[in-house]
Amino acid sequence: MEAAPILQVRDLSVTLDSEAGPVLAVRSVSYSVRPGEVFGIVGESGSGKSVSSLAVMSLLPSHARIRGSVLFRGQELLGQSDRALSRIRGRRIAMVFQDPLSALTPVYSVGDQIAEAILVHESMSREAATERAVELLALVGIPSPRHRATAFPHEFSGGMRQRAMIAMAIANRPDLIIADEPTTALDVTIQAQILQVLRTAQEVTGAAIILITHDMGIIAGMADRVGVMYAGKLVETGSVDDVFYRARMPYTLGLLGSIPRLDRGTHQALTPIEGTPPSLVDLPPGCPFESRCPLRIPSCREVEPPLLEMAASGPGHLAACHRSAEVERRDLKSADVFPAPPPHASDRDGAPRAELDQVLEVQDLVKHFPLVKGAILRRRVGTVHAVDGISFDIRRGETLGLVGESGCGKTTAIMEILNLLAPTSGRIVVFGRDTANITHRERFETRRDLQVVFQDPMASLDPRLPVHDILAEPLEAHGVPAVEHSARVRELLRLVGLEPQHASRYPQALSGGQRQRVGIARALALEPRLLVLDEPVSSLDVSIRAGVINLLEQLKKELGLSYLFVAHDLSVVRHIADRVAVMYLGRFVEIGAVDDVFDRPAHPYTQALLSAIPLPDPVKERTRTRIVLEGDLPDPSDPPTGCRFRTRCQKFSGELADAARRRCIEEQPALAARTGGPDHLDACHYAVTASVL
Amino acid sequence: MTAEPDVTSRGQLVLRRFLRRRLAMLGFTIVLVLFAIAYLSPLFVAWQYDELDASAFLSPPTGEHWFGTTQNGFDMFALTMRGMQKSLVVGLVGAVLSTALAAIAGAFAGYFGRILNAAISAVMDLLLVLPGFLIVAILSPLFQGRTWLFFVLLLAAFQWMITARIVRGMTLSLKEREFVQAARFMGVPGWKIIFRHILPNMASLLIIDATVNVSSLILAEVGLSFFGFGIQPPDVSLGTLIGNYSNAALTFWWQFYLPAGFLVLLVLAVNLVGDGLRDAFDPNAPSRVT
Ligand code: SF4
Ligand code: SF4
Repeated sequence: MEAAPILQVRDLSVTLDSEAGPVLAVRSVSYSVRPGEVFGIVGESGSGKSVSSLAVMSLLPSHARIRGSVLFRGQELLGQSDRALSRIRGRRIAMVFQDPLSALTPVYSVGDQIAEAILVHESMSREAATERAVELLALVGIPSPRHRATAFPHEFSGGMRQRAMIAMAIANRPDLIIADEPTTALDVTIQAQILQVLRTAQEVTGAAIILITHDMGIIAGMADRVGVMYAGKLVETGSVDDVFYRARMPYTLGLLGSIPRLDRGTHQALTPIEGTPPSLVDLPPGCPFESRCPLRIPSCREVEPPLLEMAASGPGHLAACHRSAEVERRDLKSADVFPAPPPHASDRDGAPRAELDQVLEVQDLVKHFPLVKGAILRRRVGTVHAVDGISFDIRRGETLGLVGESGCGKTTAIMEILNLLAPTSGRIVVFGRDTANITHRERFETRRDLQVVFQDPMASLDPRLPVHDILAEPLEAHGVPAVEHSARVRELLRLVGLEPQHASRYPQALSGGQRQRVGIARALALEPRLLVLDEPVSSLDVSIRAGVINLLEQLKKELGLSYLFVAHDLSVVRHIADRVAVMYLGRFVEIGAVDDVFDRPAHPYTQALLSAIPLPDPVKERTRTRIVLEGDLPDPSDPPTGCRFRTRCQKFSGELADAARRRCIEEQPALAARTGGPDHLDACHYAVTASVL
Repeated sequence: MTAEPDVTSRGQLVLRRFLRRRLAMLGFTIVLVLFAIAYLSPLFVAWQYDELDASAFLSPPTGEHWFGTTQNGFDMFALTMRGMQKSLVVGLVGAVLSTALAAIAGAFAGYFGRILNAAISAVMDLLLVLPGFLIVAILSPLFQGRTWLFFVLLLAAFQWMITARIVRGMTLSLKEREFVQAARFMGVPGWKIIFRHILPNMASLLIIDATVNVSSLILAEVGLSFFGFGIQPPDVSLGTLIGNYSNAALTFWWQFYLPAGFLVLLVLAVNLVGDGLRDAFDPNAPSRVT
């Protein structure tokens, strides 16, 4: 017999008020969490996953109407007074939020805040509490904790703050930790650190964890059981293995099939889920997934399917679908349910790379920013080496993925290219024109062929322009006669899978995926030859992402485009790119064909990066050995001597003898072919390929 | 989905949304009516603003003198209408001019920076620190004997600096936004970016500024008239009427409250139009108000 659940949520419903009317954010959700287990809740934005956990903590605004029951160790939490709740909150149940900066008070030192959290619930001397705080900071892996305890939150990096939040959360040995998207704002290598800290925290306190995330990979690696939320409802729940390998609800299947897999390469077909989630303001009756479900039958429209136990899998595997019994009987997989476009073959039409035209060539590109201090008397106090000598080229029809964590200089690099001006030093040659000596006129003409899609379509589309004007802007700028605009706009909308009616909408009236399609359409308006894609899918929900990725692939093939694809998400890059360059602190550490780099990474950083990415595959996740990098990115205005990666290099700190280390400290490793084919370059003196997936 | 009309560009959308706002249309109608009666009524009424009625001094409103008379026997209705002719032009044209000047100066200074910014900032700061009447005194020979419309220009020229500074600040932050960068990378020239992206994104500020300017310009005109500019007796404006008769408010009320009432009505109507325009420009506002 299993232990009694520590948290039991029954028929929890939350209605929020909005201008458009009451929003049914959570609709009769039930789940329970047993002591010491990790229960993952996944869902896309607006699925109600965060609202439901805030409701558990009674942390919703007062206009929220909450019904149902939340039993914490048999005690009802809903309807309790704030005072009674505050005895439980923070002590028995702790929370870790996505944005630790807003959860930490800026004017107190981190150590004081943790000590304060202890003192609220426990009677001990201030000194003892401070001592505890230092211990906790050490536990969550903050280097020189005694010293760092006196620092203020803004002096911490994002990862360090999240560690401090976890330290505060476990300060009173809670029975339950609710972690709401705890790593979403962080880079992958930092995410790997934080997830490990969470695991440690759990081991030390024995607390159960509710882990809320949109990332199936994190769930696969961390959770024991999962609940999948869609449109305010729990649509499937069960053990991770049941949900990942025997999903029975079409939405779960779609979600799993829409994630590009780091371990699958370019031959994986992504199954996009068409459409968008229903509005929670006036929800139609029947199954909320009906409008997007390829398996729908007439009765799906009328009757909302209940969560039912799946006969064949283990106990506790429930799915809410009229046809899940059939899905189970036929053991349908994502690709059986969702029509997927055929995987794209490598489209560099057979010719060897060297014979194709170069569309972009970058040689020893350098961009330094002066670091100035003082508001009135500005003086230069240093130089940020944002980009420090990178070289690459892109051939016709090719996609180069440029990956790296925030602060590595990838954004600076593409801005330099897009500016089409002479760089600090080095050369940028676009379609055979060197930007250092082109005329104003030539620069303007080059812009026709070189276009950009930004990360966040909400920011890159003028909120005050209707879609028609947004798409007509490049046409007008390049002298397309006004009478042709409407026809071209309609054509562009169709090309990216939108309707002509969308032309008269403002960007706000579109969904995230539709907005990004408008962004892509705008970039295509002038029939460019090279598109710079700056994290084009990272702001989109998982189920929408697949559609946009497929669209980009299809457009590339149809229009013969070349892409410079900048991303921090290596899975997407693996799916879409032909070649990949990995950037660290302004320099390339590795570049080569995508399969070479992903299957046989040579540089320790690439290896760590690949190993930090969680795979949406529980068995693989459990058996993988993980390389977790230490520390944060060094200050780019003062990069380490020799190899820039040496302060975090696992090889440097773990494997090398002192004599060998000297070379890493003294000599900057050049990008060279050390491990294999002539096209696979790395920048490590001691490069050895390894497989980490 | 029902067939959406083929209205797609911003100009058309904004116009359609503006026409749908009842209150804005009401305000717009009031402004038109005020113009109409201000300019047309002198053609129909018995007394003109510069005619004396020796038989009626300080008469309260009667059938003969609808708004009463002044102590010299001038017809108050004729004076109010005459004053409104001037004030409508001073207020509306001046407000639009000064806001436009602020928008253009601020946005160009913020967007192009460097020399242009330094030059415009110098002018702004100079005008802010120099007392307005000093400049008026210096420039007065230039304006002597010219039409009073010059005076609208002069008023606008003293009004724009603070708004321009706000506009410059907002431009600096809008300039970094991705949609502005996107336009740059398309090859759209800077001045077009300013008019298409930067100014529309601060439309609310500009419209509020213009509506506030209407009343403050009408009143500021009094101050400059005092120095012998613009509207000189026997000619009048709403501002001079209100200024001259403000101490009559408690005794011979019609001399003050009737012109003041028209000023309030005008300002209210302009505010309604301003609100409507602001909502019409703002895609987040509901597109239909019942
Ligand atoms: S109930 Fe019907 S519409 Fe809903 S997921 Fe199942 S098959 Fe699809
Ligand atoms: S050169 Fe040395 S420090 Fe740099 S990555 Fe290789 S082993 Fe690590």
